[in-house]
Amino acid sequence: MIARLISDVPPRGLALFGVLLVALIAAPAFAGDYLLTVLIVILYFAYIGQAWNIMMGFVGQLSLGHALYVGLGSYIAAALFVRFGVGPWWGLVVAVPIAAAVGAFIGFLAFRFRVAGVYFAILTIAFAEFARVGFDHLQWTGGSGGLFLPVAQYSYNDVWRLRGHPVMFYYILLAATALAFVLCRALLQSRVGYFWRAIREDEEAARAAGIDTFHYKMIAVVVSAAMTSFAGVIYAFYYNNLFPEQVFHILRSIEIILGPIVGGVGTLFGPILGAFLLTGLAETLTAALAALGIDLPGAKQVFYGVCLLLVVTALPDGVWPWLARRIGLTERKS
Amino acid sequence: MPVDIYLNVAVGGILTGLVYGLMALGLSVIFGVVRVVNFAHGEMMTMAMYIAVTLFGAFHLDPLVMMVPIAAVMFAFGYLLQVRLINPFVTRPEYMQFLLLVAVAIIIINGLLIIYGPDARNVQTSYSYDSFQIGPLIIDATKLYAGIAAVVVASLLFGFFRYTRHGTAIRACADNYTGALVVGLDVKRLYALTFGVGAACVGAAGTMLLLIFDVTPSAGPAYTLLAFVIVITGGLGSMPGALIGGVLIGFTEAMAGLLFSPSAKSMFAFAILVLVLLLRPQGIMGKRTA
Repeated sequence: MIARLISDVPPRGLALFGVLLVALIAAPAFAGDYLLTVLIVILYFAYIGQAWNIMMGFVGQLSLGHALYVGLGSYIAAALFVRFGVGPWWGLVVAVPIAAAVGAFIGFLAFRFRVAGVYFAILTIAFAEFARVGFDHLQWTGGSGGLFLPVAQYSYNDVWRLRGHPVMFYYILLAATALAFVLCRALLQSRVGYFWRAIREDEEAARAAGIDTFHYKMIAVVVSAAMTSFAGVIYAFYYNNLFPEQVFHILRSIEIILGPIVGGVGTLFGPILGAFLLTGLAETLTAALAALGIDLPGAKQVFYGVCLLLVVTALPDGVWPWLARRIGLTERKS
Repeated sequence: MPVDIYLNVAVGGILTGLVYGLMALGLSVIFGVVRVVNFAHGEMMTMAMYIAVTLFGAFHLDPLVMMVPIAAVMFAFGYLLQVRLINPFVTRPEYMQFLLLVAVAIIIINGLLIIYGPDARNVQTSYSYDSFQIGPLIIDATKLYAGIAAVVVASLLFGFFRYTRHGTAIRACADNYTGALVVGLDVKRLYALTFGVGAACVGAAGTMLLLIFDVTPSAGPAYTLLAFVIVITGGLGSMPGALIGGVLIGFTEAMAGLLFSPSAKSMFAFAILVLVLLLRPQGIMGKRTA
């Protein structure tokens, strides 16, 4: 299995992966509290970016509604915890299948009725908006007033109930990101992965070649939705407060896709690199502005916008393919 | 008199819907000709609304008067946007165009936030609280003026595309890109012109809408989505479809606001969108294409 995963990966690629992993494992020992929170945000976006990339990068289905799956994961797990005292890992067992089912439902409607391209993107936005307005009116989860998890000072890390120091969340997200990376690599090397890319390149041709495109697109939506909802559960227990207006907002969905696009759609390192570049640079910018005594809400987002603009105009494939060539890692465009 | 309330709300919704229709008309024209989906459409409208707020603050000009200069400013903005940014993207994949305009949208939203702050702005005219009474019907003056202005601008636009040389040339580009190139039309310039015209629609619609609603920097995405819902409902690329879709959505939103809750009204618009996408993807007025 492992031999197959690392076959035809250049040694430099393996070395890079190893160095990165070791550096990230060691990071909390050196990072201060502020840097640690930044790293948590980076890993969070790297993980979700990887999940989104399965749909867009591997199968070519542009989802602009991934905030829906994040929101479902976080709301379901948090509501079960607040209302019934159900722990997050049990909440996960409930939330992930529901998010996957919702993904399957949207995918079914879209693919059965041949809603494709930009129309598909708008359909995904529509469902995220549905959820936003719906949760705004759902009093059981606090409505527009928000849902709050009890915050208490924990002297020890309770992994089972996800209460504790940010370092715990950091390692959970790091493990998730690493697993997602390996999973995506395995998927790409599997039969499913080849069919996905065939669909991405030319759906008609893929169908003509005998691929059940509906079936394989459904797999992609379900896997992507399920993976994304896991991040939602972690989000809920890390931030301890949820507002429909924030969690399901279209701008959250756009934030999710920025990392993989800047890093490189369809590549494995792209979502990780993109998350590091965007969040890292944006935090630097915020810190620089703060040091100058300037408080400009919106400056970070303008920066995101400019980055996206520069990347789509200058490096349409993203930064990673370009960087991979520069450091002599000619990773094949997957 | 509960029946009167329904009637009043319905008429108000239809008049607002005409302004929505004008906004969506801009999106429809841009898509119909340039084949680029303008994901920054609502953001461009909030930009126009803020220009109106600024001009009103400085000169106390009536929005009905400001409509023309603001439409001109937005025309220039749209023209330059097409020339500088979008033209190289015309032949790129759909999602790349989409992302380019998402980037423009993000910059506009947060640029407005930096300049104007997050608070809602509006304009107060001498007729802000006036209304006309026709039998049992009471119509807000602002909505009536806005609706009429929207119809006038839309008619001018129909006339432009139907009877002028430029309008005809633009329609030729939309019908047959290669053919337009062969007969020697300057397609790039006509595309810029089209994007400008679409942006001018948004400028006029935004100025009118300011008579009816407040504006905040974060209102952009909701208007973009609304414009999409309207043009997809009416038929992407169909000019009458955009107006009909606008009226339909305006009416639905108003009724939903009355019968359920104003905050739930966008849900009904999206329900219509989902139904149209699934049952009649070409829209009410659209032609089915292969």
